[in-house]
Amino acid sequence: MSDKPLNNSSHQVDARRLLCPLPVIRTQDAIANMHDGELLTVTSTDPGAKEDIPSWSRINGHEVLEIKEQDHEIIIIIRVNKPAD
Amino acid sequence: MKQQRKAVALISGGLDSMLAVKVIQEQGIHVEGINFFTGFCVEGHTHAVRKKHKDKQKRNNALWVAEQLGIKLHIVDVVEEYKDVLLNPVHGYGKNVNPCLDCKTFMVKKALEWIKEHDFDFIITGEVVGQRPMSQRRETMPVVAKDSGSNDLLVRPLSARQLPETLPELEGWLDREKLLDFHGRTRKPQMALAKQFGFEDYAQPAGGCCMLTDENYAIKLQDMWANRPSRNYELDDIIMLKMGRHFRLAPHLKIIIGREEGENRFMQGYKNQFVTIFPTSHPGALCLVDGEFKSDEERQQALALVARYSQGKNEPQVTLNIRQTDGSEQEYSIQPIAAEAVKQEWLV
Repeated sequence: MSDKPLNNSSHQVDARRLLCPLPVIRTQDAIANMHDGELLTVTSTDPGAKEDIPSWSRINGHEVLEIKEQDHEIIIIIRVNKPAD
Repeated sequence: MKQQRKAVALISGGLDSMLAVKVIQEQGIHVEGINFFTGFCVEGHTHAVRKKHKDKQKRNNALWVAEQLGIKLHIVDVVEEYKDVLLNPVHGYGKNVNPCLDCKTFMVKKALEWIKEHDFDFIITGEVVGQRPMSQRRETMPVVAKDSGSNDLLVRPLSARQLPETLPELEGWLDREKLLDFHGRTRKPQMALAKQFGFEDYAQPAGGCCMLTDENYAIKLQDMWANRPSRNYELDDIIMLKMGRHFRLAPHLKIIIGREEGENRFMQGYKNQFVTIFPTSHPGALCLVDGEFKSDEERQQALALVARYSQGKNEPQVTLNIRQTDGSEQEYSIQPIAAEAVKQEWLV
């Protein structure tokens, strides 16, 4: 498993080695402290994250911009949607 | 203008909570879901790491249900607080190590805290009178309402007409006649209602979302408790109980051998917390050592077992490394243990 640094969007959640639903909980907690339009990059090793984080994002109105896989890691980029901010 | 009333629903991901939400939504109530992560949820874990389960859906059912219903879902990490529920259940355990009555009371109590904090009006659950032997009996359902402090703010839409009127009914927020009177263990009314609502795809009909009701898991947990100075546990402990083959070689020593590539990869993430053993001469499984070797014999037993789960199991010798948590490694060669020499009492 790679220990390389995560990529470069404005906020990061390192959910590697966490299993469902912890990657979602970490995402939820991070977004609670973010503002409209900010980007969050979540890195997970749980294949379930590919379904769950987009699902959580949809029901909470956030936009998944990209999902990619490399070296058994799943990287999901989310744009936070909080129009009331 | 009539005030929009709001309810939070305990969402397990099963059919009953899905139906309960829909019944309340039909009465014009704004509903959001809440789901508690105790560490013992069946969701994900083994399915996520094991190739054997690659055909199983890796979705989180609570999230999926929320999406079907068009409601928000709040997932709350209660791992720390839940320890006291599991370790000291006032109402005891069910068939395995499931403290269902205390668990339900705890979750409703947490939901009560949540509605106070978020200015919601009441709580709903998918409970059905007589559905479950411990927490969903006619005698115990009022216990949950009372002990959680939720009292008449707790509505069970599927069985409401079997139970005393709640505040939302008395206040006219809910029409009692449109609530249901399901009771007993039969699932037919739920199936019929699911059909009426157009729900065709849903998770296991009767819940079953907790590892604590699983006999094999309960045995592993009880073994862990019996062989440690304290029953207290960390999240990693209870996740590891779902991974690999467990061999109890001595009260102070258990080894966990991965069953396949996905588990081996997942267990690799614990190499700085546990001493690990892995074959180097042949492809094979990763082993975590939970405890310590107090004799050469114990070390030899562990090595021989790990060798058995390598592709060199029929060879006279397999070479393996024992890696310490600081990264230092030592090489050993050993004859794999024969199947008939694996003691039944080792298997957890």
